[in-house]
Amino acid sequence: MSLRISEHTACRAIEPSLRNIPKGLRCPAQGFLPWVSTATTIPNPEGVAYLRSNSSQVRFPTSQTNMTVAQQPPIELGQTIRNDFPILSVIARGKPLVYLDNAATSQKPLAVIEALDEYWTEANANVHRGVHFLSERATERFETARETVRRFVNAGDTNEIIFTKGCTEGINLVSTGLQRHSAGLSARSTKGNADPNSPLPKINPGDVILVSAMEHHSNLVPWQMLAQQTGAIVKPIPITEVGEIDLEAYAQLLRDNRVKVVAIVHISNSIGTINPVKQILAMAHKAGAITLVDGAQAGPHWLVDVQDLDADFYTLSCHKIYAPTGIGVLYGKRHLLEALPAYQGGGSMVRTVSFQETSYAEIPAKFEPGTPNIAGVVGLGAAIEYLESLSEALPFVRMVRAGEGEGVGDAGSGSRQKLQNTMHAIHQHELLLANRATQLLSEIPGVNLIGTAAEKAGIVSFTINGVHPHDIGSILDGEGIAIRAGHHCCMPLMTRYSIPATARASFALYNTLEEADALAAGVRKVKEMFT
Amino acid sequence: MDLRELYQEVILDHNKRPRNKGKVINANRHAEGYNPLCGDMVALTVKTEGDKVTDIAFDGQGCAISTASASMMTEAVKGKTVEEAEEMFKAFQKMVTSQGVEPECEDQLGEEIMSLAGVREHPVRIKCATLAWHALHAALQGEEKVTTE
Ligand SMILES: Cc1ncc(COP(=O)(O)O)c(C=O)c1O
Repeated sequence: MSLRISEHTACRAIEPSLRNIPKGLRCPAQGFLPWVSTATTIPNPEGVAYLRSNSSQVRFPTSQTNMTVAQQPPIELGQTIRNDFPILSVIARGKPLVYLDNAATSQKPLAVIEALDEYWTEANANVHRGVHFLSERATERFETARETVRRFVNAGDTNEIIFTKGCTEGINLVSTGLQRHSAGLSARSTKGNADPNSPLPKINPGDVILVSAMEHHSNLVPWQMLAQQTGAIVKPIPITEVGEIDLEAYAQLLRDNRVKVVAIVHISNSIGTINPVKQILAMAHKAGAITLVDGAQAGPHWLVDVQDLDADFYTLSCHKIYAPTGIGVLYGKRHLLEALPAYQGGGSMVRTVSFQETSYAEIPAKFEPGTPNIAGVVGLGAAIEYLESLSEALPFVRMVRAGEGEGVGDAGSGSRQKLQNTMHAIHQHELLLANRATQLLSEIPGVNLIGTAAEKAGIVSFTINGVHPHDIGSILDGEGIAIRAGHHCCMPLMTRYSIPATARASFALYNTLEEADALAAGVRKVKEMFT
Repeated sequence: MDLRELYQEVILDHNKRPRNKGKVINANRHAEGYNPLCGDMVALTVKTEGDKVTDIAFDGQGCAISTASASMMTEAVKGKTVEEAEEMFKAFQKMVTSQGVEPECEDQLGEEIMSLAGVREHPVRIKCATLAWHALHAALQGEEKVTTE
C-alpha cells in the first residue's frame, strides 16, 4: 500500500505565504511538515510508507482496512506538528521547554494566533449590533464559530451552543438557572412564574444532587451553593482505589428517589480517569435526574458527541482546546435551555424592555448578555478548524478504529469525520506518551502513581515518598520541565487518597516520547537530591 | 538552572530531620498557618515564660522549603525574648523579599537561615519560606489562624 499526499496539500504546507491556504496549514517560516517538500512514497510490504525529504525520513503507518490504532500508534504526531506551536521553542531556565501542564492550559497553534491577529486587524467590531461593514464581518465570524463548535461536539442545533467565559461559568449558569427555576421564576421574562409543565425539576429541601468524588471544585461548589439555596443535599458518588466510579454504589444512590441532578466529570483533570459517562447519564435519566457533564478535559483530547452521550448539559473550557483564555462553551438540549431562567441580565439577551417587564430573547442570545469575547470565539473556531485540518495534512491521522465510523482508512469527506480521525489520533498519541511515562516512573523506587483506572487519558499523577509535590515541581522546573504540583482544584479527591497534593504531568498532541523520557529523568534527579 | 541554590544541603537536612517537630505540652500560645495555594499547613505551639520563648514546636505538612524554614525558625527563636523573635520575623521578611544582600539581616538571623535566600529567585516559593514565621508572629500576637494570602 502506498501513501499519497496531494501536490496541492504539499504545496500549501511548504509555502506559507500562499493566500488561500486554510489557517490550520499556515506555518512558521520553515518547519511545518519538512518532509512534504520532496515527498515521494515508497510502497512497503509491512504496510508502512516512508516519506523522504532532504532532511529527514519519517515513518508512517499507512491506512489499512483492518488496522487498529493500537497496532500502529502514530508516534510521530508530536514531532511532526510541534512547529505549529511557536511557544514550544521557548528556552526555560536555560533548557528547552518541556511543557507537560496541558491539563491546566494548552498552548496555541500559529493558526489560532494568526486568526486573532487577523480578527483585530481586519474584523474588529461589536457583534449583533451594527449595520455597518465591520460589524457584519465580525458577526459573521462569530456565528460561523458557533457552527464550528456545534460540529465539534455534534450538537443537533447551532442554537444549543452558548458561549461563556469558561467551563466554570457554564456550570454556574446551569446551577443558578435551576435555583431560579426552583424558586418559581419564569424562564421567559422578569415577571411571572415558572412554567408548571417545565421539563426541568424543581429542587426542594431534602432533594439530592450527585457529583463524583473526583470533581473539580468548579463542578462541586456551584452545586453546594444551589443546595444551600434550596435545602438540597450534595452527595458524592464514591470511587474505587484505582480511581474509577463505583457504579454499584452509584446505582444504590440513585435508588433514593430524590436525586434531581447528576453532575459528573467526563475526564478527571487530577487522575486522568475517563468516566463511562454514557452509562452514567443513562442511569441518571432512568432515575428521573437531569445531567451535566464537565467536559473540560475531554474537549481537547477526546471526540465529544453530546447526542451520543445524551447529555442534558455539557461544558467546555476552551483555553484547554488550544484556543484563547476567557472562552468556554455550554451545550444544552434546546428544550432545557428554553426552560432555564436567564443567568445574567443586560443588553443582547432581551426581546422587549420596559420598566414594567422585560422579556428575554431566544437562545442562545438569552444566555449571552453584554458584549461577548468575540476574539476568543474567533480563536476557538480557528482552533477547531486546525484540528480538522490535521486530519487532511497528516496522512497517519487517517486512521479510525477498525470497524468504527464510515470510511475506515480514509480521511473521509465530512468535517465530523476529519475530527473523528484527528481526535482518535490525539488520544492514542497522548496515551502512548502517558503509558511510557507511567512505565518509566513505576520503575523508580518510592514513586507512587495516583489513579490507575483502566480507561485513562494522557494524565499521570504521582507522589514520591518523602518528597513534597511542590519540591518535585520546582526541581523539574529547573530542568525546563513544566508540570503541576498541588491539589488540582480537587481537595476532596486528595482527601480520598489521604494525600495533600500530587505532581501531575499532562500530555498533549505536540508532546513527544523524548519529553516523557525527560520527565522520568527529571524525577530520578529529584530522588537523587532528596536521598 | 541549578536548583542547588534553592535546595541547599542545610535545607535538605532540616527537611529530612526537622528539629522541634511535634507539640509543646503546656504551651500557652499557639497558631496555625495555612498556605491555601498549595494546602501547606503548620501548627505552632509556643511556651512563653515572662517575656521569653522557652519552648516551641511545629507540626503539619509542607514542602522542603516550608518544613526547613519552620525547623530553623524554632531553633532560632527558642530562648529569645518575644521582642527579639518579632524582630527576627521582620528581618526574615525583609531578607526573602529584598534584592541584594542585607548584612544586618544576616547578623540577626544567622548563616543557616540565610540559606533560604534562594527563594528570592522563585517568587511562588517565598510564601513557603515565610509560612512558619507568620504563624510565629500570630502566636506571639495572640491570633490563632493565619494564611499567607
Ligand atoms: C475537570 C475540570 N473542570 C473544570 C475546570 C475549570 O475550567 P475553567 O477554569 O476554564 O473554567 C477545569 C480546569 O481547570 C477542569 O480541569
